[in-house]
Amino acid sequence: MEHFLGFALPGVPYGCTYALVAVCLVLTYQATGVFNFAFGAQAFASAFVFTWLTQYHNWSGWEAFLLSVVVLGPVMGWAFDRLLFRHIPNTNTTAKMVCSLALLVGIPSLLPVIFGPQNLDATTTIFPFFNPNVVYFTILGNPINGIYLATISVTVVVLILLTILLRYTSLGLQMRAAVESRRLVQLDGVNANGVVAIAWIVSSFMASLAGVILAPVIGAFNSTNFSTLTVTAIAAAAWAVLRSIPIAAGVAVLIGVATTVIGGYAPPNGFINADIVPALPFLFLVAALLFLPGMHDLDSSRDPLATIDPPPPPIAATSRAPSMDRIIRVLWWVVFAIFCVSMLTWMPDAWATVFNNGLTYSIVLLSITLITGMAGQLSLCQATLAGVGAFTAAQLANHLGLNLLVGGLVGAALAAAVAVVLALLSLRLKGLGLALMTLAAALLFDATFFNETSITGGPQGVSIQAKWLGTHVFFNFDGHAMFLLSLGVLIIAVVVVLLVRKGTVGRNLAAMRGSETATAGLGVNPSWQRIVVFALSGAIAGVGGLLHSLEQQVVNPNDWNATFSLVLVVLVVTTSVTTVEGAIQAGIGFFVTEQILTTILPARIGASSLTVVLFAFGALTYAQHPEGVLEFQKRKGTARFERLFFSRGSPAEDSPAEELAPVISTSNANG
Amino acid sequence: MADPLLSLREVSKSFGGIQAVSSITFDVVAGESLGLVGPNGAGKTTLFNCVCGQLRPESGDIVFDGSPLIGLPTYKRARLGIGRTYQKVEVFTDMSVRNHLMVAERARRGEGRLWRDLLNLSKPTKDEIERVDATLELVGITKLADTSVNALGLGHCRLVELARALAAEPKILLADEPSSGLDLHETTEVAAVLRKVQRERGTAVLLVEHDLAMVAEVVDRTVVMDLGAMLCDGTFDEVMADPRVREAYLGQMGLA
Repeated sequence: MEHFLGFALPGVPYGCTYALVAVCLVLTYQATGVFNFAFGAQAFASAFVFTWLTQYHNWSGWEAFLLSVVVLGPVMGWAFDRLLFRHIPNTNTTAKMVCSLALLVGIPSLLPVIFGPQNLDATTTIFPFFNPNVVYFTILGNPINGIYLATISVTVVVLILLTILLRYTSLGLQMRAAVESRRLVQLDGVNANGVVAIAWIVSSFMASLAGVILAPVIGAFNSTNFSTLTVTAIAAAAWAVLRSIPIAAGVAVLIGVATTVIGGYAPPNGFINADIVPALPFLFLVAALLFLPGMHDLDSSRDPLATIDPPPPPIAATSRAPSMDRIIRVLWWVVFAIFCVSMLTWMPDAWATVFNNGLTYSIVLLSITLITGMAGQLSLCQATLAGVGAFTAAQLANHLGLNLLVGGLVGAALAAAVAVVLALLSLRLKGLGLALMTLAAALLFDATFFNETSITGGPQGVSIQAKWLGTHVFFNFDGHAMFLLSLGVLIIAVVVVLLVRKGTVGRNLAAMRGSETATAGLGVNPSWQRIVVFALSGAIAGVGGLLHSLEQQVVNPNDWNATFSLVLVVLVVTTSVTTVEGAIQAGIGFFVTEQILTTILPARIGASSLTVVLFAFGALTYAQHPEGVLEFQKRKGTARFERLFFSRGSPAEDSPAEELAPVISTSNANG
Repeated sequence: MADPLLSLREVSKSFGGIQAVSSITFDVVAGESLGLVGPNGAGKTTLFNCVCGQLRPESGDIVFDGSPLIGLPTYKRARLGIGRTYQKVEVFTDMSVRNHLMVAERARRGEGRLWRDLLNLSKPTKDEIERVDATLELVGITKLADTSVNALGLGHCRLVELARALAAEPKILLADEPSSGLDLHETTEVAAVLRKVQRERGTAVLLVEHDLAMVAEVVDRTVVMDLGAMLCDGTFDEVMADPRVREAYLGQMGLA
């Protein structure tokens, strides 16, 4: 028993750190209806500012605490509500998730743009409550220092206060009611916007508090660690079905204790400590998603007034006049021809690389067009699937001497198989549940396969050798082979996506987006449709992953980790997730923007970070323009152009629908 | 009496402590039109959900056309020939009316193979288009064929749901409050369509409806439910004359 306690007790402070974040996630979800993926990013921002002030500007702990937690936390919460979430209370879960993902991706990228690259050391910060260097007492030989005491005591206090707030105050009651239907609460005379704003301010303050307290516990100061911490907390919150604060806290402590106990009993350098223990929180999350029925129908809209919302706008291509459509098609072909000729003749190498990167990224992004644009589901592991394809091909070439491009087909098949397993595990999940399952899968791969040196070659990755591609004549890195290969595969991927979209599977997926119940009621097997689209999406991502790595001449695990999956989603929803041109615009736009910023901005600002920030801000508009910013601008531009140059209106205006009052809307349909 | 097309035996379903459906037993024969009426909360929609597979009953048997339904997923029941419309309208956002019916047309045959899509072999055939057009005409919404349902009012959406269910050519149609939200004229039209489908296509109709005038017009036989239990079974006039039915709808005061 003493042995067990010796392993278990050190897990309690870690469990408390998870608990602190988990209860805040539950509070945010219960009080605002938003599952705040950005919680870790908010915590990171406050911890960053706190550490920067204390380490580089010699502020005292209390002064830095006041600014980074008491001021910055509520201001962030107020800004999120006032500038973003207040305007989208009735949108579907996917839109809210995309917005919080955009914040998760954008905030950590924004900090180096504002403050410049910083080398911060959280362990040397001045702790606001307890001295981290003092061991106050020991339990069974385990030293309990100031950091542990602060974490445990703050977690207990927060747990009690939040439980009282949500369960026993009228404000808490109003918060819960506002989540169900903000409009109904307003009809009862409650200032629902004010109530939700308070919820955001409280939750954001908690995130900042958690960030400053947890930074020394987490150790290495980077946003990925904070995001991983958030995912561990998500696992605990999932076991509480995002409802019960005490259960979330209890499971969080259990995860912390289980991690240290299993790690303690297992051999120090064995497989369990290397692969299973880091993956344990994600396994907890997967188990919650599989076995808790409450996690299967999280997205059920309960707003009785949901049907008064207007329908979403049609995409530009379906609403413009045929003559206008012809002009645009011709222009696209002209641009395409100029692009191809330029790439094959005068394009400088630096820009040719930029466009090749863009083309290969577009292929990976097309896999998101299939899952999110056509099936209406959010997958947060597309970069992982791309990595599976790339690493498979590289290892087959390395060990079996298989041509890299042939190995790419095997890699695509393996990526499709992984996607099918994910689809099978997610058959009962949709919306938030599916997003969490795919995120857990991505993190599991990061902690296991992508962390295995024999597979990924370590942090530097696997360098691609020219001989893996056959003879120099067949594939020449210095010539146009990469461009032609990328373009050819992209065209094939585009044709595949278009054929699927206009075919029976595409029509079934569109039907499932509207009503999965009714689609099944007609005889369509929704599970099979989902498996098919996941498999196809995985295969396309796998091929895209290999080609992008080929362009980089290295398959690097850092290019295909969970964070990049989030970035990919943010990129494609910014342009348009429903159209193939949206994926291409996102892929090429990302690298072109990065190249332009690299050229015109000083290096200290960080062109890559700023590019991600720009796209993240674009993704924030997803909820208001689910068709994408570019698609929205195209629609506006088309309407303006038609008003100026065509006497007739758009075909939509001439349709019989005009005679009918638009009454019904299913814009609140889930997913 | 002919062999039943749909047979329910002692079907029960509860939610927590509430007995939503309690030992319901009745048959529907092929081509018959049966009304299922009762006050709100009687368990009619729950019973529909048990038949269609959206809910699994705790006890009892449901047999359709000789095949036991318990344990079958919804889509397999649909392919056996069970069509349905919904109390809360369920249409496919952003999709045209014609495509609604095309989904049903393909689903009826269990089609949806990816390789056919990839080889561009999934274009609607002439036969499919003709069948879809015939159903649109039957329901009277031909002029809306290429309109997105986003632009339709509730009444038209109910007609789209009905047409979509009929496009699958079901052996039995479960219509859940099809007149809800419709005006008098539209209700009469829906009743006429249901009658026509029953007579011309031989489709059995199981109708849940609060508009008793419509029920009287459409059904051959009526089953009355109250608080999950079956009160009586007979012709419309017979059940309406039953004191238990009057009490269920009007209470003791109504009887007095």
